[in-house]
Amino acid sequence: MTTHSSNTSIVVDDVTKTFTLRYHRTLKQMTVAAVKGRDIRGKFNALDHVSFTVEQGESIGLMGLNGSGKSTLLKLINGVMRPDTGTVLTRGRIAGLIATGAGFHPQLTGRENVYLNAAVLGMSEAETQRKFDDIVEFADIGRFLDSPVGHYSSGMFARLGFAVAIHVDSDIFLADEVLAVGDKPFKQKCLKKMQEIRDSGRTLFYVSHAAGSVRKMCDRVLVLEQGRLAFDGDVDEGIKFVRYDDDEKSDGDELTAGDTDDELGADI
Amino acid sequence: MTDAGRLHVVDAPLSPPAPRAGLLEVFRRRYLLRMLVKREVSARYQGSFLGLMWSYINPLSQLFIYWFVMGKIVGRSTEMFAVHVFCGLIVVQFFIETFNAGTRSIVRNRSLVQKMAMPREMFPVASMLVSLYHMGPQIVILTVICLFTGWTPDPVYLLGFLLALAIIAALGTSLALVFSVANVFMRDVSSFVSILTNFVRFAVPMIYPYSMVDARFGHFAQYYLFNPIADAVLLVQQAFWVGTTDDPDAIHAAHIPDHLYAYGFLALGIALVMLVCGQLIFTRFENRIPEQL
Repeated sequence: MTTHSSNTSIVVDDVTKTFTLRYHRTLKQMTVAAVKGRDIRGKFNALDHVSFTVEQGESIGLMGLNGSGKSTLLKLINGVMRPDTGTVLTRGRIAGLIATGAGFHPQLTGRENVYLNAAVLGMSEAETQRKFDDIVEFADIGRFLDSPVGHYSSGMFARLGFAVAIHVDSDIFLADEVLAVGDKPFKQKCLKKMQEIRDSGRTLFYVSHAAGSVRKMCDRVLVLEQGRLAFDGDVDEGIKFVRYDDDEKSDGDELTAGDTDDELGADI
Repeated sequence: MTDAGRLHVVDAPLSPPAPRAGLLEVFRRRYLLRMLVKREVSARYQGSFLGLMWSYINPLSQLFIYWFVMGKIVGRSTEMFAVHVFCGLIVVQFFIETFNAGTRSIVRNRSLVQKMAMPREMFPVASMLVSLYHMGPQIVILTVICLFTGWTPDPVYLLGFLLALAIIAALGTSLALVFSVANVFMRDVSSFVSILTNFVRFAVPMIYPYSMVDARFGHFAQYYLFNPIADAVLLVQQAFWVGTTDDPDAIHAAHIPDHLYAYGFLALGIALVMLVCGQLIFTRFENRIPEQL
């Protein structure tokens, strides 16, 4: 194992993650499949020998088509999953917008859920109390704070989750196509906040299909193709590599209409 | 990075991001554990008019049913039969709830499990603590009834009661650990567990006294005492029920087996060994939880 400098933030070394697919769940289906000689289960590599190193303070744009392994990679870095082979190492606290609203209990109020969610994200009680006002202000849900989150609109729900996640003091910040929900002013607010995070020198790991926001946010692009790392390098070249640029140009006005929409990540 | 203002020094070591310490990690993150328990507890009766009162009404109604059906209709001759049953009921409920809720805990919290890096042992352990919390009102009811019938607390016997709680907590958590993972792979497991727990109340001296087992099975009765839950029930009966009868010494001699503490500590030992095994099994299969949910 090579040694890494004290400035290394994320090490992904020859990582493979294999998933078992079970085509049939019930006894009946499995019997039928066995009789007909079909496969009951199959395997596929969501990530296939992926290696890269990220220095502290870099902001990485992770791109690739749906199903190319982006979310799996993020889960490995986040520690939700462990690699089957290879190693993943990270330095410092990880927070991110991949778990916005995870663990929100629909019957509990917004206030109670903020505390719960903050604890889930690894914040202590004192830390939560200190940041509580900021979180509430950012979420901007007004007097709904003390009603059950089950009654919230999906936008409010997402905003509250986002507000908690973004206020965690982290060294590595992960963001996974987060801006799909929420209205335009809120998206703008989020993007601004993420730029703040990037500018404060924290490592940013941003998954997006939106070329514009990647160009704006990131200084390096990784592209995954069917679980393999297909590109690692300069932002513009990376975007060219995934050919999102071409699509936009050839598809005409619809996608390029309004540069801001593109920038804000009109994730599908 | 060369830009000014981009200096962010992290002095933590490079380490694998996934938590590895299992149950130990759970106790390191006590605050989160407390929040999870609080969530379950306060969500349970949220929106109900009587709220926490239900935690008293439910066991009281059960107590009444056993007292009426078994005591009055069937006519069991055991002294203070209602208290005898209730002692068993408390222990059995604690165990069943831990086992059932614990088994479902990971599947039920799948949104958290799939997205957050946290020790997944957290969920079975939280289920156990929630069950323990729900036991509170039942103990209050039991204590009040006992005090009304002239019971005086005995410190040694009350320690036996704590031993009983420890046995059930360890046993319930160990089973919950193993079955919660199994339930991720096959949802049938939770149905299987709820059938399994149906047998528990008949495997302990609750609706029949231990003396009956002793009388019917002779020296085979000692094997009955290898059941940790039965030991826990007897320890609770020793702490509460015996003291409410007219002649506690005679009742103790007749209905509580000799060497109960020895059996109790043996049971705790077994439960702790099971807990370690449960953790090993959990760790073995934990990796595949997120993809199977």
